[in-house]
Amino acid sequence: MAGSTGGGETIMATRQIAAHEIHAHAAPQGFLRKWVFSLDHKVIGLQYYFLALTAVFVGMFLSLLMRIHLIWPNVSLPLVGEIKPETYLSLLTMHGTIMVFFVLTTAPQGGFGNYFLPIQIGAADMAFPVLNMLSFWVTFIGYIVMLSAFFVVGGAPLHGWTGYPPLSALPSAGPGEGAGADLWIISIALFCVGALMSALNFITTTLDMRARGMTMMRMPLTCWAWFITAILGLLAFGVLFSAGILLLLDRNAGTSFFVPLVVVNGQIAAHKGGSPLLWQHLFWFFGHPEVYIAILPAMGLCSQLVSVFSRKPIFGYKAMVYAMLSIGLLGFMVWGHHMFMSGMSPYSAFAFSVMTMAIGVPSAIKTFNWLGTLWGGRIRFYSPMLFAIGFVSLFVSGGISGPFLAQPTLDIPLHDTYFVTGHFHLIMGVASIFGIFAATYYWFPKMFGHMMSESLARWHFWFTFVGTYAIFMPMHYLGMAGHPRRYSQGTELAFLQPLLPLQKFITYVAFVTIAAQFIFLFNLFWSMKYGKKASDNPWEATTLEWTTATPPPHDNFGGRTPAVYNGPYEYSVPGAPRDYVMQTDPATVAAH
Amino acid sequence: MASYTPTVSIDDPRTATGGDGVLPPDWGGDGDSFGFFDTRLRRARLGLVVGLTGIAMIFISFTSAYVIRQGLPTLDPRTNTLLHDWFPVPLPRLLLINTGVLLISSVTMELARRQAARKRALARFASVAGAPEHSKEEISWLALTVVLGLSFLAGQWMAWRELAASGFYVASSPSSSFVYLLTGMHGVHLFGGVVALLTVGVASVLRRSADSQLIAVDVTGRYWHFMAALWVYILCLLEFVH
Repeated sequence: MAGSTGGGETIMATRQIAAHEIHAHAAPQGFLRKWVFSLDHKVIGLQYYFLALTAVFVGMFLSLLMRIHLIWPNVSLPLVGEIKPETYLSLLTMHGTIMVFFVLTTAPQGGFGNYFLPIQIGAADMAFPVLNMLSFWVTFIGYIVMLSAFFVVGGAPLHGWTGYPPLSALPSAGPGEGAGADLWIISIALFCVGALMSALNFITTTLDMRARGMTMMRMPLTCWAWFITAILGLLAFGVLFSAGILLLLDRNAGTSFFVPLVVVNGQIAAHKGGSPLLWQHLFWFFGHPEVYIAILPAMGLCSQLVSVFSRKPIFGYKAMVYAMLSIGLLGFMVWGHHMFMSGMSPYSAFAFSVMTMAIGVPSAIKTFNWLGTLWGGRIRFYSPMLFAIGFVSLFVSGGISGPFLAQPTLDIPLHDTYFVTGHFHLIMGVASIFGIFAATYYWFPKMFGHMMSESLARWHFWFTFVGTYAIFMPMHYLGMAGHPRRYSQGTELAFLQPLLPLQKFITYVAFVTIAAQFIFLFNLFWSMKYGKKASDNPWEATTLEWTTATPPPHDNFGGRTPAVYNGPYEYSVPGAPRDYVMQTDPATVAAH
Repeated sequence: MASYTPTVSIDDPRTATGGDGVLPPDWGGDGDSFGFFDTRLRRARLGLVVGLTGIAMIFISFTSAYVIRQGLPTLDPRTNTLLHDWFPVPLPRLLLINTGVLLISSVTMELARRQAARKRALARFASVAGAPEHSKEEISWLALTVVLGLSFLAGQWMAWRELAASGFYVASSPSSSFVYLLTGMHGVHLFGGVVALLTVGVASVLRRSADSQLIAVDVTGRYWHFMAALWVYILCLLEFVH
């Protein structure tokens, strides 16, 4: 053993290699350059985060309107009025789109990834700060364009977040399919451009800007997750962008990429020969990796947190890395499972089915490794840990219905029911949201210099955790009982009457769960000013962000860059002076 | 008997990019050293490769759509039968001339890159007495590349006009839709390269550092070559894949 003296437990400090000087960035002084058109990855991260925070409340409000309409279809709401069936479809479309793009893709990667990737690898900023700023502002404009769809003639589109043609390709196909649908496509295209620029930055930064000693296999799993997510984004968003261009041309230039010969309102449309299935292939080639774009950062973070708060090294670091890589790779081979209903060849369906179920293997590896990390740990149940465990729970609960839907014979009866709604909300929606909550509670002290209220956080956790299960588990039963999804009014259909009490229950719980989110919102803003002052390393964690000041200086490490000596999960190390060894601790060696 | 085995040697921290025990490489793991020419150049090139991957995905998607659309039958409402409606568009011969122009511009781009590298090398000795001065009469390969790039784009526009004159508009037939789509998207990307070159030109007038200029020319040059190769690919796709 290196440095062993052969007796007693002596900690021998060896030479400390000085961190080498780097060119320190001067912080901009003006408000516009500092907070609006900032090049600082931390400010850009916060901009993404608050964009997503705004978006999640908009998306949640839309879902509340849908839930109200489902059980009281004729009620007239203040400001909103009575929700018509077509309005319900618009709400559904905008809820899905805003949540998937501007929340689940934006907060974990654009928000926390931007803020913490450079710090965790020991860099002063992203590789291309100007591009980073541009990617945020393009995303922001995309968000404004998306919201503006509510206010044009005809209102927001009603083709769902998946935008299937011919509905999405024909302006005459329904209210909202005119200007609203054009804005929707333009918004998505802008989002794709922003996401591609962002992916470029993440990949280059990870590969080229790591501090001395920060090998790839010494990166925190959060960084691996952001890196793999960026690769997925790079390969997926270009495809969605292309599909969006083709759809725009079909709508506005009279082409027939996706539109077959169709009759709309008794008239033969001026299209022929296009294939709606072509859109589905292109969309889902993006769409399935998008699921992992949303959830991989949460997986990385969860790995980080179970280790930090169990005071144990992560169980199977390399296995976690390879599992994430496998999930990313397999994620590009399974898009067809979204299209079992489209009449595809049974042989293709079989192939997609097998590949889909294969994703269960790396997913199970990750789950067992999280459990293995928890096992025997000295667990500290702080709020980030609660949400991390909540994530594992939701990931398992939502994931377990995946193999059901991966089988064409089961998917065909279940596909258009609430079973699918329950499945993807648990695994893609709420699990990722739990990752965002966990990240917020974990990194808030570093970002804002104060601790969040732990008691409010606990209330928030329990309301959200129980509420989430109470909303989405019953949806599986609704689906198994044959309740179709996307129907705006089930109250008048005789065969759905027995299910109405369950629908009402879900709506009541949704009220409570949404109300509980205001606890979070209050805690967030209140703690920024009145929260207990945070130390530099309040969670006693090992990664680089906890070695710098709180909040970090403009260039992250005050003009110096750290040298990395250790892996990211050195907890409960026998012989070490504390129960954790920072990544920057030079080789302190315990002798026998 | 508790013991702690450090994950690194106590004398030399491991500074590899992923393997174990390799000394600090040029490629990653050497920290955030803004300001060093080699680091900046390497980073810009890496960023370009990543960015081009994203652009490649866009054209791969179009290719996929192109191939699939060819095989799709369409319903004839009069006879209620399925028929194939894919008829190749006769491509204007002008496209061949445009291709030549673009390929020549790729050569001039490379000459511009070498010129910028030479300037940077000479800039180090600018203050030394007797050092050769930059010749004002030297051909500006960069400007020539911009002219050729714009000529290519103008040629593509004329090819569009020619197609339209023959009755092939964007929505006339599935194959004409793809001709406009692929040439248009390529044109937009090439125009981005022209804008980048003009930016480099402005930076040169503003006497920005030779390092920054060389990095910009180097990266734009690689982008330009990619666009030339992409155009040849698109032309082959449109001409031969039916």
